[in-house]
Amino acid sequence: MFTVPLPVIGTDVVWRDAAKRLIGAGVSPHDILWDYGDTMGELFETDTPLPAPTRRVKAPQSFVQLSQNVVWHKDPQRFARLYALLWRLRHQPRLMQDRADPELAKLRQMEKAVNRCRHKMKAFVRFRDLRQGGERRSFAAWFEPTHHTVEPTAPFFARRFADMDWMIATPDVTAQFVDGNLSFHPGQPKPDLPEDAAEALWGTYFCNIFNPARVKVQAMTSEMPKKYWKNMPEAAHIPELIRNAERRVQEMRDAAPTLPPERAERILKQLRGDDQAE
Amino acid sequence: MDLSQKLAILSDAARYDASCASSGTARRDSRDGKGLGSTEGSGICHAYAPDGRCISLLKILMTNFCIYDCAYCINRVSSNVARARFSVDEIVQLTIEFYRRNYIEGLFLSSGIIRSPDATMADMVRIAQRLREVERFRGYIHLKTIPDAAPELVEQAGLYADRLSINVELPTDRSVQVYAPEKNPATIRKAMGDVRARKEVAGERSYRGKRGKRFAPAGQSTQMIVGADGANDATILGQSSRLYGDYKLRRVYYSAFSPIPDATAKLPLIKPPLVREHRLYQADWLLRFYGFDVGEVTAVRPDGNLDLDIDPKLAWALQNRGLFPVDVNRAAKEMLLRVPGFGTRIVGRILSSRRHRRLRYDDLLRMGALLKKAKAFIIADGWSPGALTDSADLRARFAPPPEQLSLF
Repeated sequence: MFTVPLPVIGTDVVWRDAAKRLIGAGVSPHDILWDYGDTMGELFETDTPLPAPTRRVKAPQSFVQLSQNVVWHKDPQRFARLYALLWRLRHQPRLMQDRADPELAKLRQMEKAVNRCRHKMKAFVRFRDLRQGGERRSFAAWFEPTHHTVEPTAPFFARRFADMDWMIATPDVTAQFVDGNLSFHPGQPKPDLPEDAAEALWGTYFCNIFNPARVKVQAMTSEMPKKYWKNMPEAAHIPELIRNAERRVQEMRDAAPTLPPERAERILKQLRGDDQAE
Repeated sequence: MDLSQKLAILSDAARYDASCASSGTARRDSRDGKGLGSTEGSGICHAYAPDGRCISLLKILMTNFCIYDCAYCINRVSSNVARARFSVDEIVQLTIEFYRRNYIEGLFLSSGIIRSPDATMADMVRIAQRLREVERFRGYIHLKTIPDAAPELVEQAGLYADRLSINVELPTDRSVQVYAPEKNPATIRKAMGDVRARKEVAGERSYRGKRGKRFAPAGQSTQMIVGADGANDATILGQSSRLYGDYKLRRVYYSAFSPIPDATAKLPLIKPPLVREHRLYQADWLLRFYGFDVGEVTAVRPDGNLDLDIDPKLAWALQNRGLFPVDVNRAAKEMLLRVPGFGTRIVGRILSSRRHRRLRYDDLLRMGALLKKAKAFIIADGWSPGALTDSADLRARFAPPPEQLSLF
């Protein structure tokens, strides 16, 4: 029996290395316990060291990609599922192309969930200006992702916000970007971030870009589920926007046509006069 | 007037533009630490408004003063809406500060026409230039080009912007004349043709093999208002397919005509035809990615409109039941694409999986096919629709139940 401890930070690298060694030594999925974040404690601790790496370990590139996404899923079974698939791949090398295999389909589904979570993180993280002075500006955000997606998603923020310092704190992991260096630290409770005046302007924009004549609440919530709202400043306006939408449209309908402003006639005359001169 | 009031007026004025796309442009980032922003292929919707629309870009007007009098537009000269104008600085600051807080992917800048088309366009180009050259902004910029602006200005705009767009506004030239008398459909088409030509030149290599400067890498798009005039769906889709073909447009957006504040008496304030808009988008997809042509999609109903109760692919399949059921283990890609409930991805999965084994009903389910729709039209191992394909009540299984009209 092998117990493989997997750290919360750097899970992907450790899992990949362990899986390579184990599959190289022909260890069956039944003989492995994956211990993520040291939750098993002493109970199952065994001192069996992992087998030494062998050179000939072949796994299709598509499996490697799949595993590098699925390791960030929150399902505790993810490592065992991945290894079981790797085990089957030894004798069914083309299994990865079979979109109908139930086990693979399950893993693909998990991969999709992770990718969606990463995408939503790119979209819904909201930075606040820390106003610390200095050459580089600094910003910070609090975010609560569904899966363990901070680590694989942080490089996106590093590519995008490279000329400023930033921190994304989550319950699991905190990503920090200082002077161009990205690092990861243990998670933390929600930090107290300073008020940011830009949030009010953003709220103004959010309210005014909304068209009250075409309310589609479900289209909104399916793409922006409520679980994200509490960390998005603009979401506070949503209930009022929905409540008042119908009244606002009715007012537009009821309003009698107004007379054009005085300048209108002058401008149009000039414009049409110009056209004729051409 | 303070910044917040201006922002309220000038975003309110911009919300009738449907496009908020930020995808499909050149890949850029700021890893060198000397700039701000990135674009990585797929767009990001940073928020959704209760109208279900994605908010990806800061979509604002530079000014909503306008000398034109387009009947459907909230900013027409004869309307009494509050007017405002941003300074160059204000737009640049708003874009950068919103971007730094991860609210947006970039800027979509449009404008009412002030003084002259050239003066308006020049101001917009100046804003894009400031963002790119002074602020070193590498996010997404979409500029609405002014139809009558000088070609040199449009050329400059394309060097700074990811996407350019010009709205054709209404599906027929006749409606444009009636409802937007100051606009000229021929000029709009010429401007789109110029952008296409300029973009093609930019893609070519010179005799030294050097590529020209990138020109609007995310291409051009346009928008049509649906439901303001009497055009039927066949006319609208015919117009779109010409636009896609002639001007290599990336997207045609359909915008259901919706009530605006201080509306003109010329256009009725109907409930916006949202379902129609949705069906047009579905049909548009069939034309671009599923190998359908306009005639097929719009032949289903005698009036040339799409069926509002069921999607256009299903409507077509119900009319052409003789071609079904299709054997998923043998049919060609072209035919699989025509099965209701199969998207392009599912078809790709079917093609790759069936090289390894024969597909059963459950396999299709796992691949993510919508079998509720597809099952009447396919044969798989262990599944045959039998008489279902030709059953008289097949349409009724998908269409919403008829509603009893209220007597009062």
